[in-house]
Amino acid sequence: MLGRLSWAAIPFDQPLPLYAMGLVGIVILVVLGIITKKGWWPYLWREWLTSVDHKRIGVMYVALALIMLVRGYVDAIMMRSQQAIAIGDAQGYLPPDHYDQIFSSHGTIMIFFVAMPFVIGLMNFVVPLQLGVRDVAFPVLNNVSFWLTASGALLINVSLVIGSFARTGWMGYPPLSEFAFSPDEGVDYYLWLLQISGVGTLLTGVNFVTTILKLRGPGMIYFRMPVFCWTALAANLLIVAAFPILTATFVMLLLDRYLGMHFFTNDAGGNQMMYVNLFWAWGHPEVYILILPAFGVFSEVVATFSGKGLFSYRSMVLATLGICILSFTVWLHHFFTMGAGADVNSFFGIMSAIIAVPTGVKIFNWLFTMFRGRIVFTTPMLFAVGFMVTFVIGGMTGVLLAVPPVDFVLHNSVFLVAHFHNVIIGGVLFGALAGYNYWFPKAFGFTLDEWWGKASFWCWLVGFYVAFMPLYVLGLMGMTRRLQHIPDPSWRPLLLVAEAGAIVVFLAILCMAAQLYVSIRTREQRRDLTGDAWKNGRTLEWSTSSPPPAYNYAVLPRVETIDAFWEMKRRGLTAGLTPGEPAYQTIEMPRNSPIGFVIAFFAVIAGFSAIWYISWLAILGLLAILVAVLVFGWSENREREIPANEIARMERARLGLGRPA
Amino acid sequence: MLDWANSTRDAPHGLASNARHGPRRSGLLRLLIVCAAVLVTSCQPAGVLDPQGPIASAERLLLFNATAIMLVVVVPVILATLGFAWWYRSSNARASRAWDEAYEGRIEFVTWSIPALIVILLGGVIWIGSHQLDPRAPIPADAKPLRVDVVALDWKWLFIYPDQGIAAVNQLVVPVGTPVDFTLTSATVMNSFFVPQLGSQIYTMGGMTTHLNLLAAETGEYPGFSANFSGDGFADMRFIAKALPAGDFDAWVMRARGTGSALDDAAYAALAKPSLAVPPTTYRSVDPKLFDRIIEQTVAGPPLPNHPPHAGEGRVGAGADAAWCPPAPQAGG
Repeated sequence: MLGRLSWAAIPFDQPLPLYAMGLVGIVILVVLGIITKKGWWPYLWREWLTSVDHKRIGVMYVALALIMLVRGYVDAIMMRSQQAIAIGDAQGYLPPDHYDQIFSSHGTIMIFFVAMPFVIGLMNFVVPLQLGVRDVAFPVLNNVSFWLTASGALLINVSLVIGSFARTGWMGYPPLSEFAFSPDEGVDYYLWLLQISGVGTLLTGVNFVTTILKLRGPGMIYFRMPVFCWTALAANLLIVAAFPILTATFVMLLLDRYLGMHFFTNDAGGNQMMYVNLFWAWGHPEVYILILPAFGVFSEVVATFSGKGLFSYRSMVLATLGICILSFTVWLHHFFTMGAGADVNSFFGIMSAIIAVPTGVKIFNWLFTMFRGRIVFTTPMLFAVGFMVTFVIGGMTGVLLAVPPVDFVLHNSVFLVAHFHNVIIGGVLFGALAGYNYWFPKAFGFTLDEWWGKASFWCWLVGFYVAFMPLYVLGLMGMTRRLQHIPDPSWRPLLLVAEAGAIVVFLAILCMAAQLYVSIRTREQRRDLTGDAWKNGRTLEWSTSSPPPAYNYAVLPRVETIDAFWEMKRRGLTAGLTPGEPAYQTIEMPRNSPIGFVIAFFAVIAGFSAIWYISWLAILGLLAILVAVLVFGWSENREREIPANEIARMERARLGLGRPA
Repeated sequence: MLDWANSTRDAPHGLASNARHGPRRSGLLRLLIVCAAVLVTSCQPAGVLDPQGPIASAERLLLFNATAIMLVVVVPVILATLGFAWWYRSSNARASRAWDEAYEGRIEFVTWSIPALIVILLGGVIWIGSHQLDPRAPIPADAKPLRVDVVALDWKWLFIYPDQGIAAVNQLVVPVGTPVDFTLTSATVMNSFFVPQLGSQIYTMGGMTTHLNLLAAETGEYPGFSANFSGDGFADMRFIAKALPAGDFDAWVMRARGTGSALDDAAYAALAKPSLAVPPTTYRSVDPKLFDRIIEQTVAGPPLPNHPPHAGEGRVGAGADAAWCPPAPQAGG
């Protein structure tokens, strides 16, 4: 009846997970209690959970990413502490079977539930505004995407309480991840939750490619799009091309595990090398899915706070598209040590070095944008400068690892760990946090506190360097990754330094929490009434109010140049974009829909049942999803109209024109 | 090696006493100094930076060269970033400004050329280095190569010496100055065979073989381990690579032939059971077909824990992907 699920799945014998569970449980109950007591449920349900507004979905994505960042950080500090303690004969406080789960979930969470939702959230919020349109191409699908991603995040947290997570590393290489070597539910959690959130990500890709190709505002030809939109286009093209590979690979591994097939097993003709190739054929484009939107954020931020147009727009676009294509030609550099011949290895090594060319061009372009600019050091700009310095170091170590004979001695070492944290923290995360600080006033109508923002930047920067520079050295000294205990006592000092760095990162997270708290408490003094919160806004999103109305633009702005809003301001067409009051027209907007939440609810049930072999419930869950989709598909009345006079009233209030004449 | 271990053990004491003499320094400054000192003292050669053979030396040289080539651009870029950020700050009245500029084609040409030139240079380095240091390429030397067959087990290493007819667990003994021609496989999950001071690592995978050629130029004991995560016992999957003078190596072989048990099917089945931190042992003789049968998976391994009921065909089957490399060991390296 309940498959392999029994009371034994809950780790009553292990105090650590039990305490963690208890704590998380209490926090969740308190939050739910407050929401219930204050009667916020109807508001939350109506305005957020069922919202199809791209801005609200974007905010929910970023909120999910920030919450999961804390979860991923807890894993990180547990690993660092274990490696700082378990040296020589000491075994530390985490036995292998627990430690192995922690590094597996750390990687899975940080890639799929922090980095991905963060950049997708920013794209959601910003792209339609920058394109000068009212929503994405498929607003309801957008809501479904979010909830499927959230389902994956929920399931990975469920694995903390019920059963265990994978102990295979976040790549899940077979044959270790095959049934023969990992028979428990851990790998099944990993596979099913990534399948569910992967569908959500793929739908996002479809949605945004369609939006950018087919739904740009009047006059917004391709070569007037802000660079962030170009990077979003490239990232979403990569999602559409790469995520199906991951899904198909996981389907094969699931068939191995559930039906005894032999795609990747040791025996009966299985080939584990095929999994490794397929995984990275997704995995390397994934890296660029994350970093390209971050490059887009920096392009906006550096131009805005240098008070200058971005240097060499066409180089930037060309470099973005170049990276987009080249990213599919480098995957083998993740396993030069698998025994391929010298010709194959050097081809992929050289391709990996070539991808550094467009990346280098981008760095130079930001540099020349700052040249002769008037640089204002706000929090986003600090993140941008910190990124430029940090990222070239990470890029350099990356190209080092792309030299096959160098990779032969550094592969899988903590040098590699330092390298990819260097580009993911120094690149993706700094980009995401720059974007968060930069667009927050647009999203909520008040600015974030700069003092706490700068404090969090400095803690992130210092914490990163102190935590990861020692790992570069340790990697050169021969320390491999994923060690539950450390054999060489001479590594202790550097491991302690790395631990100190991880603690500084904790301060950075605390500063971010303080920044949010202080800013909300003092929001009345920090209202942005102009819509152009940084005074230097260049692109269209700064031309509407903060926060923008549901329909974004009462009258769709007509775009004639790059940096459309800058040009409008230059010509003195500030507030209303056109002189005099325009003739407002009725706007048709999509109605909110519970379909995303309903699908995700049943997807969680189906996924959970599949993990625990509760076949009947898994089939029921899938049927319920089918029924829900069909019911939604046949429903009518999915749009609502906002009458012209209502829009006129809101616009006059926004522009301070007083009461209607 | 020993000196190095001692020096680090002393380092924290020395720093602590220094810090006590300077009470006026701020806490942060002191922390930074300690961190920097720890980094500097830790940078004494070890692991990859302390090569003991021609492959490892060539790889370290390549690491240094590639780093130097890139630093030519990386350092000026970092300095320019910090310099521009400082000079063009909005409060600097002396900086010249340009509000908006039409972009400059010549600068654009330069921004594409600099990284492109670096990458052309590096591309050459990559091509030549990959071919010279191909793990499969035999190492030119006067001595006849020693053949060693490597099997990754849960969680230990089995080294079979086919020409000597002996085997060892968790200790790899090789004569100094002699090329070693490794043929590697796995009787369990994917692992990676790695001795940092001797050079290249290579994956070991079930049902197939990979090849690696290394040479120890100096006598000594070098730590070796698996560099690809392989389950709960991974951290203990370590061995010692011992490079002995040729005479001592022969003596070791003779000693091994005279002691220990034979590695037949029963002994292999016992050995293949998962175990941790196995002390180094030797086997007096080895079934000459054992390695091939491990690759073909026709030797009885341990019963797998919780073997799936639906995978009834068990572990017996044809060698999986033999196309990657012929399973038969190469003759003469």
